Amino acid sequence: MAPIISVKDLTKTYENGFEALKGINLDIEEGEVLALLGPNGAGKTTLISIICGIANKSGGSVTVGGHDITRDFRKARDMIGLVPQEMAVEVFEKVIDTVKFSRGLFGKGKDPAHIERVLRDLTLWDKKDNRIRELSGGMKRRVMIAKALSHEPRVLFLDEPTAGVDVELRKEMWDVMRELKKSGVTIILTTHYIEEAEAMADRVGVISKGELLVVEETDSLMKSLGKKVLEIELDKPVDDVPPALAQKGVTLSPTGKLVYTYDTAAEQTGITDILADLKKAGLRLADLSTKQSSLEDIFVDLVAQQKAEEDAA
Amino acid sequence: MNLTAVASIYKFEMARTFRSIFQSVISPVVSTSLYFVVFGAAIGSRIDTVEGIQYGAFIVPGLMMLQMLMQSVTNAALGIYFPKFIGTIYEVQSAPVSVIEIVMGYVGAAATKSMMIGLIILATASLFVDLQIQHPLAMLAFMVLTCISFALFGFIIGIWAGNFEQLNLIPMLVITPLVFLGGAFYSISMLPEAWQTIALFNPVVYLVSGFRWSFFSMSDVSVGLSLLAIAGFLILCLAVITWIFKTGWKLRS
Ligand SMILES: Nc1ncnc2c1ncn2[C@@H]1O[C@H](COP(=O)(O)OP(=O)(O)O)[C@@H](O)[C@H]1O
Ligand SMILES: [Mg+2]
Repeated sequence: MAPIISVKDLTKTYENGFEALKGINLDIEEGEVLALLGPNGAGKTTLISIICGIANKSGGSVTVGGHDITRDFRKARDMIGLVPQEMAVEVFEKVIDTVKFSRGLFGKGKDPAHIERVLRDLTLWDKKDNRIRELSGGMKRRVMIAKALSHEPRVLFLDEPTAGVDVELRKEMWDVMRELKKSGVTIILTTHYIEEAEAMADRVGVISKGELLVVEETDSLMKSLGKKVLEIELDKPVDDVPPALAQKGVTLSPTGKLVYTYDTAAEQTGITDILADLKKAGLRLADLSTKQSSLEDIFVDLVAQQKAEEDAA
Repeated sequence: MNLTAVASIYKFEMARTFRSIFQSVISPVVSTSLYFVVFGAAIGSRIDTVEGIQYGAFIVPGLMMLQMLMQSVTNAALGIYFPKFIGTIYEVQSAPVSVIEIVMGYVGAAATKSMMIGLIILATASLFVDLQIQHPLAMLAFMVLTCISFALFGFIIGIWAGNFEQLNLIPMLVITPLVFLGGAFYSISMLPEAWQTIALFNPVVYLVSGFRWSFFSMSDVSVGLSLLAIAGFLILCLAVITWIFKTGWKLRS
């Protein structure tokens, strides 16, 4: 199937000469959730702004549903809904009016049933006649999502949907996203929270300094680049790591567990040796667990790798 | 053409106007009444007539022009500046709409509002003086053209302005003096000859003169010239706006 969004050699140099995007290539499949992960200033918002028609590109091309975003801008933009990073709402307007306005702006005829569905899905229906200034921060964000969904887009961009919101609200936003995904909308979200990408995305694109470092299925990205952590709980906690184990890189956690990090892709994980050493040291284990390292670590590795390559070049 | 979008912007802007209808209307009505007290009663009692027309009636077209120019410019400027200021402009930028459609929506709404205010002033004025409009259709045509072209001008200012001071600068510093010096409250022929020549470089002279002709069949410059001047201004503003959207000036980084 042809990708719903195709980005080719996209570059962006701002007027002040800053090169924010250095040749991005990216295909997005219909129906997937793609997380663009990267630190502040990586170029996530710039990329989204270009695809949505808010900023002009400097070079390369973008198509949405096969329509070029410059030549065929109407058809391309028809398919897109955008929830920008910055909160921006007409505080004096009523919720329902501003959502209807958004739909009209996209040239779609009135459809009260659709507007009601969107507002209900976002649990805003009770507030439809409230002025936006009367709503809480989380509700304002949902109004922005409602506006973006008012014209039935096939692709939804969420630029840092959970930046600066509390844990509860983040969970709520995640639920909203899951519902949206179920309805078949393609979602592109940007974030600098690893957990968010991990929790929400089918694929993750890691972006740093205007370059897309990698795009991969979330699971396989974790597997191929991931490290695992082995935690050993002893029946009697120790004060020091026995020397033989310390030599192999085992450390002591604050809770008194022995911790060993290993590369899943490596030929020899070294676990067998460690278990043997434990026995030799006369330690008995009470419990044993392994866990996948987080995208955080993966990300740190990738950026370090990129930096090493830069230094080498 | 995305006419639904034009209608949406227009309705949204008009709703904004009607929400503050009282402020919108009360201020021009009060200031017009003040002008009548000051110019009409105090000064008018000494001037009596200008070229055979009661002074109180003579200043009506000028008063309407003054308010319509100010309102067109400030409304259109605020109309586009406000979304820029609060950030909601992203929606217009990312919508499948062209320059023409955005301009039609915002400028149409601003022009409509100042047309309404012009008519309210006319109604207020008719409480103070006897008015007989000799070419009502021409009067309406002048109003429409003036409101649209100055709303276009205001739209440009709204896009250009980086803060509220700049937003107020042009109406205060340019429009008001041009109108006062443009024969709103006197006939150009009353000026010394040298000033009469200078006045001809003031575009507002042509507006006021043509507009006054539609009331009293008398004018400082020929009606054709007035129409030409206003059409020229309209085309100039349209050209600038087309350029703005082509280049994304101040709108797209
Ligand atoms: N209008 C602009 N002019 C110049 N530089 C900009 C502009 N907007 C963003 N930048 C720069 O481009 C880089 C990428 O910004 P952005 O896309 O907002 O990053 P992100 O969304 O990943 O945090 C940053 O270094 C930022 O300072
Ligand atoms: Mg950003």
